[in-house]
Amino acid sequence: MRRCIVTVLGQDTVGIIAKVCSYLADNKINILDISQTIVQGYFNMMMIVDVSALEKDFGEVVEELDNLGMGIGVKIRCQREEIFEKMHRL
Amino acid sequence: MINMYEVSETNNMIEHENLDVRTITLGISLLDCIDSDLATLNKKIYDKITTVAKDLVSTGAEIEKEFGIPIVNKRISITPVSLVGAAACKSPEDFVTIAKTLDKAAHTVGVNFIGGYSALVSKGMTTSDENLIRSIPEALACTERICSSVNVGSTKCGINMDAVRLCGEMVKATAEATADNDSLGCAKLVIFCNAPDDNPFMAGAFLGVTEADAIINVGVSGPGVVKKALKAVRGQGFEELCEMIKKTAFKVTRVGQLVAGEASKRLGIPFGIIDLSLAPTPAVGDSVAEILEEIGLERVGAPGTTAALALLNDQVKKGGVMASSYVGGLSGAFIPVSEDQGMIDAVNLGALSLEKLEAMTCVCSVGLDMIAIPGKTSASTISGIIADEMAIGMVNQKTTAVRLIPVIGKDVGDTAEFGGLLGYAPIMPVNQFGCEDFVNRKGRIPAPIHSFKN
Repeated sequence: MRRCIVTVLGQDTVGIIAKVCSYLADNKINILDISQTIVQGYFNMMMIVDVSALEKDFGEVVEELDNLGMGIGVKIRCQREEIFEKMHRL
Repeated sequence: MINMYEVSETNNMIEHENLDVRTITLGISLLDCIDSDLATLNKKIYDKITTVAKDLVSTGAEIEKEFGIPIVNKRISITPVSLVGAAACKSPEDFVTIAKTLDKAAHTVGVNFIGGYSALVSKGMTTSDENLIRSIPEALACTERICSSVNVGSTKCGINMDAVRLCGEMVKATAEATADNDSLGCAKLVIFCNAPDDNPFMAGAFLGVTEADAIINVGVSGPGVVKKALKAVRGQGFEELCEMIKKTAFKVTRVGQLVAGEASKRLGIPFGIIDLSLAPTPAVGDSVAEILEEIGLERVGAPGTTAALALLNDQVKKGGVMASSYVGGLSGAFIPVSEDQGMIDAVNLGALSLEKLEAMTCVCSVGLDMIAIPGKTSASTISGIIADEMAIGMVNQKTTAVRLIPVIGKDVGDTAEFGGLLGYAPIMPVNQFGCEDFVNRKGRIPAPIHSFKN
């Protein structure tokens, strides 16, 4: 399993989760966990995903998600999980 | 499993507090390039650097993208050129040809600096060392990406005052050779005492002769992260303050360790060390001075500054050491004037003087760094300032360094502009009394008594 963290931040609007999830499904990225909140109209979502079945280059996914986010008006980041593990776990 | 709070803490550090990996520095030994024919030597140097480092920049960019952490610089450090060129270079001009080769190699592989146009002369100078030192002004004037350093003293050997005198002259000559760009050449020239073999930070990086054929050293940063974290402990005791610095330094260093491990794996080059330094940039909020002010000083330079810096430096090391398997380089807080907006402001307000900066260098990781002084300052005065700083390093068994920029044609009240990461600096006044007779004495200052530990 190769786990990554997808975060989505920005103004809430209809269909954010749908669009992100369709992209992930199209690229064989499996969602393991989702948490999401809306504070004062501000959308904040974190997904833990598995990219081990991914066929394209990981860097490409990072770019495509970033572009997808720009289209919706939110900031989407996709990062390998290790950066968070290293920083927050002994 | 990682939670949302932790993810947003990390991403906030990256997006709003300037957390980054300051440099991945690939150390490359050039000892196997040594040849008595200058043209062959230059070819071997170019071929080795462009082969070993061919994937450095692209690998750095890949890691950056996958982990979402900026890696600001990809750089190269090499074996001190005075050693590599000793058999082939018979004059300073011969050494300049190597500088040009290095610059070309830097452009080819896409790194922004190569460090190691250096000589290690803490006890004495060979002819080759002296030729290299004399070539520095020309080498820095005719290249773009070369960084130079000279180690003129150590706790074990004392201070080579002949080299100190020569370096004072070369700093002045470098300033004159690059006068058109506010004496920018001097920003790429560092004079050291106790220089480390594995420093990844420019301009003082070189790969010592004790090192392997190739090695990855990583420098982390994050003054903005520390400053933000300290806001949470305003008004609290020293215990809470120190704990917060340690925790933050730990987190920042862990990112460096991750990046270093990945770079090492992907390039197939062993991991050397993490340098735990807090390295400021001219960007707003990326300042060591602002951390000291957050600790409780009205302005950096005020009474209490040295104590606050000592505390900061020590806690950064304590927090960082556990986060990395190997720690080295300079590791501590950097206090360059031109690269730190808080320092620049303090100088402009009259809060920070050259003498206070010298006191601060007794308790932090480097020395008098990126300080612009009047262009009319004499070579002997520059040598005197270097000697003072070297003495601090020698006696305190620590690294100290001097990177002074006598800006030709400018005086106190003017500002020097270096651009980019090097920033800008107000010209600081220098003590007007002379030290020529002291500097002109021949020989070296003996090693201090506490260096005899055998």
